[in-house]
Amino acid sequence: MGKKTRKIKDDVSLVICGSAGQGIQTVETILTQLLKRAGFHVFGTKEYMSRVRGGSNSTGIRVSSTSRPSLLDRIDILVPLDGKALKHVQTRISDDTLILADKEHLGLADEKGLPGLIDIPFSQLASDMGGAIYANSIAAGLVAQLFGVDREEVFLFLDQLFSKKKPEIIENNRKAAAKGCEIAQGLVDSGEIFIDIQRQPHIAEDILINGAEAVGIGAVAAGCNFVSSYPMSPSTGVLVFLSGQAEKFGIISEQAEDEISAVNMMLGAWYAGARAMVTTSGGGFALMEEGVSLAGVMESPAVIHLAQRPGPGTGLPTRTAQGDLELALYSGHGDFPRIILAPGRIEDAAILTRDAFTLADKFQVPVFILTDQYFIDSYYNIPSLDLQDKKAESAIVETDGDYRRYRITENGISPRGVPGYGNGLVVTDSDEHDEDGHITEDLHVRVAMVDKRKRKLDDMEKEAFPPELIGKDDYETLLIGWGSTYPIIREAWSILDRDDVAFLHFRQVYPLHPDTSAYLKKAKKRIVIEGNSDAQFATLLRLQTDHEIHETILKYNGAQFSVEELAGRLETTIGKKE
Amino acid sequence: MEPDIFDMGEIDIAWCPGCGNFAILKALKAALFELEITPQNLVMVSGIGQAAKIPHYLRANVFNGLHGRALPPATAIKAVNPALTVIAESGDGDMYGEGGNHLINAMRRNPDITNVVHNNMVYGLTKGQASPTSRMGFKTPVQVRGVAVEPFNPIAVAVAMDASFVARAFAGDFKEMKAILIKAVSHHGYALVDILQPCISFNKLNTYDWFKEHTYYLDDAYDPTDRAAAFNVAVEEGKMALGVIYRNSDRPCFEETTTVFGDNGGPFYTRQPDLEKLNGLIDSRRGT
Repeated sequence: MGKKTRKIKDDVSLVICGSAGQGIQTVETILTQLLKRAGFHVFGTKEYMSRVRGGSNSTGIRVSSTSRPSLLDRIDILVPLDGKALKHVQTRISDDTLILADKEHLGLADEKGLPGLIDIPFSQLASDMGGAIYANSIAAGLVAQLFGVDREEVFLFLDQLFSKKKPEIIENNRKAAAKGCEIAQGLVDSGEIFIDIQRQPHIAEDILINGAEAVGIGAVAAGCNFVSSYPMSPSTGVLVFLSGQAEKFGIISEQAEDEISAVNMMLGAWYAGARAMVTTSGGGFALMEEGVSLAGVMESPAVIHLAQRPGPGTGLPTRTAQGDLELALYSGHGDFPRIILAPGRIEDAAILTRDAFTLADKFQVPVFILTDQYFIDSYYNIPSLDLQDKKAESAIVETDGDYRRYRITENGISPRGVPGYGNGLVVTDSDEHDEDGHITEDLHVRVAMVDKRKRKLDDMEKEAFPPELIGKDDYETLLIGWGSTYPIIREAWSILDRDDVAFLHFRQVYPLHPDTSAYLKKAKKRIVIEGNSDAQFATLLRLQTDHEIHETILKYNGAQFSVEELAGRLETTIGKKE
Repeated sequence: MEPDIFDMGEIDIAWCPGCGNFAILKALKAALFELEITPQNLVMVSGIGQAAKIPHYLRANVFNGLHGRALPPATAIKAVNPALTVIAESGDGDMYGEGGNHLINAMRRNPDITNVVHNNMVYGLTKGQASPTSRMGFKTPVQVRGVAVEPFNPIAVAVAMDASFVARAFAGDFKEMKAILIKAVSHHGYALVDILQPCISFNKLNTYDWFKEHTYYLDDAYDPTDRAAAFNVAVEEGKMALGVIYRNSDRPCFEETTTVFGDNGGPFYTRQPDLEKLNGLIDSRRGT
């Protein structure tokens, strides 16, 4: 057994690592739910390989006394399920890391450099309980007990989880968890480990959802009733979620033959009066580009959830990136306006997705929700989701006999009718068209139509979501981020602890809110932090505001920034607190 | 209702004088009139090409989308509002070439739409290249030594896919073409009507006379519900059969397999998000 006492206060990084198919997810589900019920803040994130079995995947659960939903490098407690797992997270282990492992399974030549290794014969114990499958419940019981979760709570939860299984299996899982609890109590009693995190009982009532579910809930709140997509990691979670809710909420969910079909179906659905979306990633979106352009010329609403992953080509299918900003921004041939939203928090994903439908419907443009693998697969507790403040209202009008789909208007928006509602005819065309919607090659009409479409941008800018400033507003250095890095930059910024540094987060990256330029102007030094190698948002800011970006902090290896890594890079870039 | 209900009045039509498209347009209008369909209740969906301009030449709701992509939006439109009559109409290049995957999957999904394909065995709008249905040996500025591959057989593919209605018509026979279109639009389910049509500008091989010589009508004894017989007809050498070649009325339609028209009811454009249910969904994530 170990030699030193590990005291961890307020913030614990727990990692479970093993190969695909070993049941990491089950342990994760049990633990996050149990820990939340016990009144701890929890944040879960995962990284995995593009395979169904084998390899090395890990899931991290951060347990803390205040909400800290961002990725840590540091591991305080590691549960490796095999030898490969240990290697997989090697660089994240220190002498302070408590490693709870079945030594027999690690296949170690020696234990050098692993002072925190404690042998727990999971397999032997599991087989004593009735089979290898019970190892997960032992591990769950063990970890839960380390955090002081009430044993009865553990048993109750497992009973519920396995309620559809045979009584014998329920009983064995209980026994397995009890065994885990017993081992943990031993470690606590011997002073091996001591965890001190303040509990807040009200957290038990919090909701626990991941990014994909938040996007899906936002869509449901918007009255989304049509989703057509083709499965592609990491975007599939949204399709799965909406399919699961389809019957309850009256949603047509269709797995299309390809992304081209999916995007064209979405546009057909909007045309006929639905509120439709697609969810896709990388190469899947590349196939949808013709649909973006079609939405542009038809002035059709379109909601596109684009979950980014590293490209080009197939790239790293299950990893994360912020590399598709320019793809979304410039996708589709021809000039036409669009909106790009990029949530940084779970709440934002739901709110922005809901509002994406309203914006798409109102302005008759494609609206993107740009997330990424990290965001989609991460989850944490929040008190609730209030989506009732803004009601999703339809902009559809009843047509009369004189109806003209593309009537030239001052603000560029032509009232949108749908076929079968009113006496008018709704004519929409991918060709340049006249006010009736019929094909034209009249070059004057062409100019009038391009200008009409572009005029919408004025109001789109006025209605843009403003960036959020974190820190004092008399800053000298401004950290700039967008999308999923929000909590990470915020935490790294707080570690930096400098009054002269502020953080500006963008949840709408195009068109930019009119205040953007003023925020940038105030700073002497501007640093953009983002997950791509081209500094795409920095480029966009330069183009749109005429302000220089002095430094960029970029990451593009397929992993998200961790708090420690970013704090270190910030310190190098701007120096420590004076 | 007057027979001219679908007429557009004086408009500039982009087809060549003498093109078979005019006859198809006339037959379609006549069929729709006979079926008492109103322009307000009709949605014409098309892709790109000369045939795909047809929605602009009759009074209807129109979704003239992208090349090869008429079927996905047509499927969605019908699913969202089953009360509409939806016709997806384009040429052979659009439907059988660019849109091949959608064709196969529309047959699988079986939405209650009519898919009219103007099949002139050549690309007209891009000026005379081979189409998927061009005959072997057909010479063009691109296929300079003649088409070297067998033509796509839409009828055989449709029967193989168990498409619920498969017919072939000839643009040179107005009466029969109209009768076939009436049957196709009335059919409950996906209906393919492949219309053989000469291209007077770019196809000097497959002319009116050539089609007359190379086609025949199925007789009254023919049973279109016999799939094996239909397949034989679809792949037979020599003359091409005209008429309703295959029909399977037992397949459920795509829109009937969705769950959205049960309790929820009402056209989609009147529907509101159910915020009470949404709160229930959010609460279900409290895990308590």
